[in-house]
Amino acid sequence: MLHIYCPHCEEHREEEEFRPKGEAHIARPADPENTSDEDWGNYLFFRKNPRGLHHEQWFHAAGCRKFFNVTRDTVTYDILETYLPGQQPAVTAESRKAKASAQASNQGAAK
Amino acid sequence: MQHYSGFGLVKHGLSYHENWQRMWRNPTPKREYDIIVVGGGGHGLATAYYLAKVHGITNIAVVEKGWLGGGNTARNTTIVRSNYLWDEAAWLYEHAMKLWEGLSQDLNYNVMFSQRGVMNLGHTLQDMRDIHRRVNANRLNGIDGEVLDVKQIQEIVPHMDCTANRRYPVMGASWQPRAGVARHDAVAWGFARGADALGVDLLQQTEVTGFRISGGKVLGVETNRGFIGAKTVGCVAAGNSGVLAKMAGFKLPVESHPLQALVSEPMKPILDTVVMSNHVHGYVSQSDKGDLVIGAGIDGYTGYGQRGSYPTIEHTLQAIVELFPIFSRVRMNRQWGGIVDTTPDACPIISATPVGGLFFNCGWGTGGFKATPGSGHVFAATLAAGKAHPLAAPFTIDRFISGKLIDEHGAAGVAH
Repeated sequence: MLHIYCPHCEEHREEEEFRPKGEAHIARPADPENTSDEDWGNYLFFRKNPRGLHHEQWFHAAGCRKFFNVTRDTVTYDILETYLPGQQPAVTAESRKAKASAQASNQGAAK
Repeated sequence: MQHYSGFGLVKHGLSYHENWQRMWRNPTPKREYDIIVVGGGGHGLATAYYLAKVHGITNIAVVEKGWLGGGNTARNTTIVRSNYLWDEAAWLYEHAMKLWEGLSQDLNYNVMFSQRGVMNLGHTLQDMRDIHRRVNANRLNGIDGEVLDVKQIQEIVPHMDCTANRRYPVMGASWQPRAGVARHDAVAWGFARGADALGVDLLQQTEVTGFRISGGKVLGVETNRGFIGAKTVGCVAAGNSGVLAKMAGFKLPVESHPLQALVSEPMKPILDTVVMSNHVHGYVSQSDKGDLVIGAGIDGYTGYGQRGSYPTIEHTLQAIVELFPIFSRVRMNRQWGGIVDTTPDACPIISATPVGGLFFNCGWGTGGFKATPGSGHVFAATLAAGKAHPLAAPFTIDRFISGKLIDEHGAAGVAH
C-alpha cells in the first residue's frame, strides 16, 4: 500500500483515497488545426513508461478531489516527492544520477 | 528428441525414472544467427518453434534474461478463450484457439488444455446488451458462443449466488464452450522442448543490454555474454518491451502495469468451469490441483516491480465472495504480480519498427496467455517473410498514428 502526501491537504493518506492518472507534464498541441497526425498520435497514445523515475498525476478522489503530481520510482514504488500542478519536479533521473555520482566521489575523497 | 508416450513411461519406470533425457540443451551462444528472438516466455518460445517447424529456419536463438517461462507465462491465470468483439481481434485469438486444440499432439507434450468453458457474467441491462452483441459478433465469425439465462447458469455453476436481490444480481452470461484453461508452465516447456529439438538455441541468463544498429538496420544484440549478431531480431518481452524499444531509440504506445493474481489452498472439486465478471471485476477457476485461481484488474499505476498494492487484491476478493459466498472462508495460499504491457486499445502490437529488421510483438496486456500459440505462429511468419502475416497486419504500431484502433476494452480491458 502506498502512503501518499497530498500537497493540497498537506497530509499523508492511504493509496485507496487516490487514483493514479498517468504521466504528468504532457503538453497539448498548441495549434490543433496545424498539428500533424503523428504529433496527435504521440500526444494521445505514446508515453515514456520509464523503468525508474516517473513523474505522474494523481487525483485525491476520496479527499480534496484535486490533482497533483508525484515523482515515483516504478521499480521500488518509492514516492520521492509530491508537488502541485504547474510546478516542476525537484527530483529527476538526472538529479538522482548527479547525486549518486557526487556521493561516490565524496566517498572516494574520504578514503 | 525423446518421444513421450505411455509406453515410454512404463519403460522408464523400470529404471526408476532416472534416465529421462533433458528437455533442452544449455548451449553456448554462436557469433551469428539468422534470427534472434528476445524473450523466452511462451510467446517467444512459440515464435522460435514455429519459425523452425513451419518456416524451416533453425539457425535461431531465443535470448532470455532469466529462465524460460519465468515472467508472465508463469504468473497468469491460464484462461484461454477467443470471444473477442472485433473481426481483427477475433480472427487472431480464434487462430490461437485452433492451434490450442491440437497443441498437445503437435508438441508431443501435455499442455493440459481443458475446454471446460468460460462464462462472462452480465449484471446490468447494459452488460446484457453488450453480451448479446458480442455473442452475435462471435457467431458471425464462426466462433462458438451462447447467451445463457440465470437458470442455465445455475445448472453449470450451482454454487454461485444468482439470487435477484443482490447488489449486483447475475442477469445472464455469455458462454464459450470451447474456451477453458491450460497448464501455463507446460506451454512454455513444451514449446521450448520442441524448438530445442529442431535446433533452436535457448540462451538463458542472457540479458539484452542494447542493440547494434547501423544505417537504420539492426545488426544484432549486445548482451551480458557479449555481442550476438542477427539481421532479424524479434522482441517479445511483455512488460519490458518499452525498455527494449528505448534501447533501440523509439517509443512504444504501451504502459507497464502490475497485474496481480492469487491461488487458494487446494480443495475438493467444486468449480468445473471458468467464471469471469467484468462488472464486479474478478474471475475464478479451479486448477487440477484443486486450488482456486483468482485474478482481476491491473493496479492503476505503472510499475515494473512485479508486485502490486493490497487494495487491488482486496477488491478482487470482494468480487469473488460477492459471487461465491461459499468461498468466503477459503484461505489464500499465494499471491503475486506480473508486469503487463497495456496498449490504449487493449489489443497487441505485432509490427515492424522504425529500425530495419527489428520487429516487436508486445502489448498483449492482461490477456496474452490465451494467444500464445497464435501469437508465436503469426510472429514467426512475420519474421520469416520480413513483413506482417495477414492476421497480424492490422496490429501495427502505425494504428496509433492513423487512428485505426481496434477497441477491445469491452472484451479485453478488464477480465481475463
